[in-house]
Amino acid sequence: MSEKNNDKLSQGRFSRRELLKSLATVPVLGAFAYAQLRKTRYDRILNSSILDELGISQKSDQKIRPLSKGKKLRLGIIGYGGRGKYLLRAAGFAEPKWIDSVKEAAMNNSADKRYEEYLEQEDLNIELNAVCDIFDINAEKALATAGNPGRKGSDSKPEHEAKRYKTYRELLAADDIDAVIIATPDHWHAPITLEAARNGKHVYCEKPMTWTVPETYAVREEVKKSGIVFQLGHQGRQTESYIKAREAIARNILGKVNLIEVTTNRNSPNGAWVYDIHPEASMKTIDWKQFIGPAPWHEFSKERFFRWRCWWDYSTGLSGDLLTHEYDAMNQILDLGIPKYASSSGGIYYFKDGRTVPDVLQTVFEFPDKELSMLYSATLASSNSRGKVIMGHDASMELSNTLIIKADRDSTRYGDKIKEKIIDPSRPIFSFIPGRKKVDAVTSATEQYFAGRGLLYTYRNGRRVDTSHLHIREWLEAIRNGGQTSCNIDRGFEEAITAHMGTIAYKEGRRVEWDAENEKII
Amino acid sequence: MNILRARSGAVAYSKSQLFFLVILRVSIGWHFLYEGITKLMNPDWTSYGYLLDSGWIFEGVFQAMANNPAVLGVVDFANAWGLVLIGVSLILGLFSRPAAIGGIILLALYYLSHPPFTGLEYAVPSEGKYLWIDKNLIEMLALAVLYVFPTGLRLGLDRFFLRNNKY
Repeated sequence: MSEKNNDKLSQGRFSRRELLKSLATVPVLGAFAYAQLRKTRYDRILNSSILDELGISQKSDQKIRPLSKGKKLRLGIIGYGGRGKYLLRAAGFAEPKWIDSVKEAAMNNSADKRYEEYLEQEDLNIELNAVCDIFDINAEKALATAGNPGRKGSDSKPEHEAKRYKTYRELLAADDIDAVIIATPDHWHAPITLEAARNGKHVYCEKPMTWTVPETYAVREEVKKSGIVFQLGHQGRQTESYIKAREAIARNILGKVNLIEVTTNRNSPNGAWVYDIHPEASMKTIDWKQFIGPAPWHEFSKERFFRWRCWWDYSTGLSGDLLTHEYDAMNQILDLGIPKYASSSGGIYYFKDGRTVPDVLQTVFEFPDKELSMLYSATLASSNSRGKVIMGHDASMELSNTLIIKADRDSTRYGDKIKEKIIDPSRPIFSFIPGRKKVDAVTSATEQYFAGRGLLYTYRNGRRVDTSHLHIREWLEAIRNGGQTSCNIDRGFEEAITAHMGTIAYKEGRRVEWDAENEKII
Repeated sequence: MNILRARSGAVAYSKSQLFFLVILRVSIGWHFLYEGITKLMNPDWTSYGYLLDSGWIFEGVFQAMANNPAVLGVVDFANAWGLVLIGVSLILGLFSRPAAIGGIILLALYYLSHPPFTGLEYAVPSEGKYLWIDKNLIEMLALAVLYVFPTGLRLGLDRFFLRNNKY
C-alpha cells in the first residue's frame, strides 16, 4: 500500500477493497449460526423423541403441601442414642451444644451451611414432653434437647421442660403425650410399639420393625386394632429419585425386570457398628437390666451396650440394619411384597471382635409370581461402591440420589431407535437429578458426577431438605388429618418378614420359604 | 509484493502468516462463542459445581464465590456473556485486542481454579490428566500471540472502526 492510500484512509474514504477486508470474517458468524441451529434442532429431536418414547413427565414435581393447622402434638422419645439424636433434629429439636458446633463451623467456613439450613427447617408444631433413655448421660442430653424448641445455642436458657421417665412403660402411660418416637436397639422395637399401641400413642419406629418373627404378627395386629398412626423409619420413602423410579417402572420403561441387585458396602469402624464407648458409661449410669429386657441375660458389658448391633442378642445384623433400607426402596418402587424364598451366605470374615452377626452377607430373594430375583450383597470391610440396579430386558436403572436409565443394547423396544442412532445404549436415555428444573435425556457428565457423589440432595419446592424430616412430617400430618403413612404397618410387616427370612436362611444355612396363604415362614 | 501491511505501516505479515493468524483468531472465537451460547441456552447451567470443585491455593476464593448466591449470579452472567462477546469479537476482528485480553483473563481463571498439578484431583471430567500445561493454558497463550500479532486491522472490522488506530 502506498503513502497515498494511507492518506486517503485517514481522511475517511473507504474503498470497496478496504470494505471487503474489514468484513472478511463476517460470514464465519453465519456459519456458526447455521451449525448451532442444526445442533440445537438435533438435540431437541433426540431429547423429545426419547422422552416421547418413554412417556415420563419432564417435571420434578414433588411439592410439600403446607403444614395443616391443628393443635400442637405432644411427643415423647424413647432411645436417645445416635439415631434418636438425628430423628429429634429432623423433628426440630437439637441439642444446644450441637447448635454451638454448627454455628462455629459456619463461622469458620462460610461453605458450611448446616446451621443456616437447620434454622430454615420447617417448624412442625410439636412439643417434646417426655424422654426415656436408660443411659443417664443420654437422658440428660435428651432433656436439654427437648428444652430447645427455639434451636438456640447453649448460652440460652431452656424454653421448655420435659420429663425424664426411667421406663418406657411409665412414659407411654403419661397423659401429656400423643405420639412417640422409638429409636432403641432392635430387640426393644416391638415390645415398646406394642405398649404404645395399647396406650393409644402414635408410633414412629426405627427400622427394622421387629427383632423376632412372632413379634411381627403381634405388632401388626396390635397396631391395626388400636388404630394408631404408625410410621416405620425408612426415610428413603421420601427420596425424590425413588418416587421418579416408581413412575418409570409404572411406564414399563425397563421392560420385563428379572433381576435386582442392591448392595451396601461400608469400610469404617462406625460403619461396622464399632461405636465409641462413652467415658462415663458404668453400671451406675446404665440401667443394664432394662437394656437386656427380652434378650438372653449377659453380664454388664459396655461393648454390648454401645455396639449392640454386633450381637444377635439385640440386633438383626446386616439384614435388619441395612438390607431393610434396600428392600424397602425396592418394595416402594416395584410393590414387591414378601418373597417366596430366601437363601443367604456370608460370615464373620474381617471383624474378629467377638461379634456374632456376619460382616459379609449375600441374600437372594425369589419372587416367582413376579418372575424376578433380588440379590442383596454387603461387606463391612470395603467401601467399593456398587449401586442399586434394576435390570430389565429393555433398559437398566441405576439408583442413588439420582436416577439413571440406560437402554439395553439388545432391547426389543428400543432396537429401532438404537439402529437409527437416536438412542445410544452407552448413554442415559433418562436421568433424573433432584433439584434441577427439569429432567433431561441428554445430561452432561459433570452433573451426573456431582449428583452421584451426594453433592445434591432431595429437594422440595426448590429447597434442599432432609428425608428424615419429611418422613416425620408425613407421620405427624397423618396423625392430624388421618390418612396413611408411606411406610405403614403393612409395609413394615413385609419389611420385617423379609429381613427375618434372610436372617433365618443365614443362621440355618437353608432356603427359607414363605407360605403366603398361612402367613408363615417354613 | 507478498506482503500485507497494516495501514499504519506497522509490522508487515506475509500472506501465509496473516492467513494462519486470522484462522487462529476465528477458531478461538468460534470456541468461545460456542461455550458461551451453550451456557446461555441451558436454563440449568451454573458454574456452581465447577467452582466448588476448585483446587490449589485459590480454592477458597472460588468456593466462596460459589457459595454466595449474589456473587454466583454475577459470575454466571459475566462468564456466559463474556464468552459470547469475546467469541464474536474474535470472529469479526472487532476490538480484537481487548477481546484477546478478556479471553486471557477468563482462561487464566479457569486454569487457576483447576491447575493440572500433580496431586490435585478434580471431579470435573476431562479426557485425561495433564502435567502443568493443559488446553486452557495453550488457548490462553494462543490469545497472547494474537495480542502481539494483531490481525483485526488487516482482516476484520477493526480496519473499519479503528482505522485511525495504530497497532
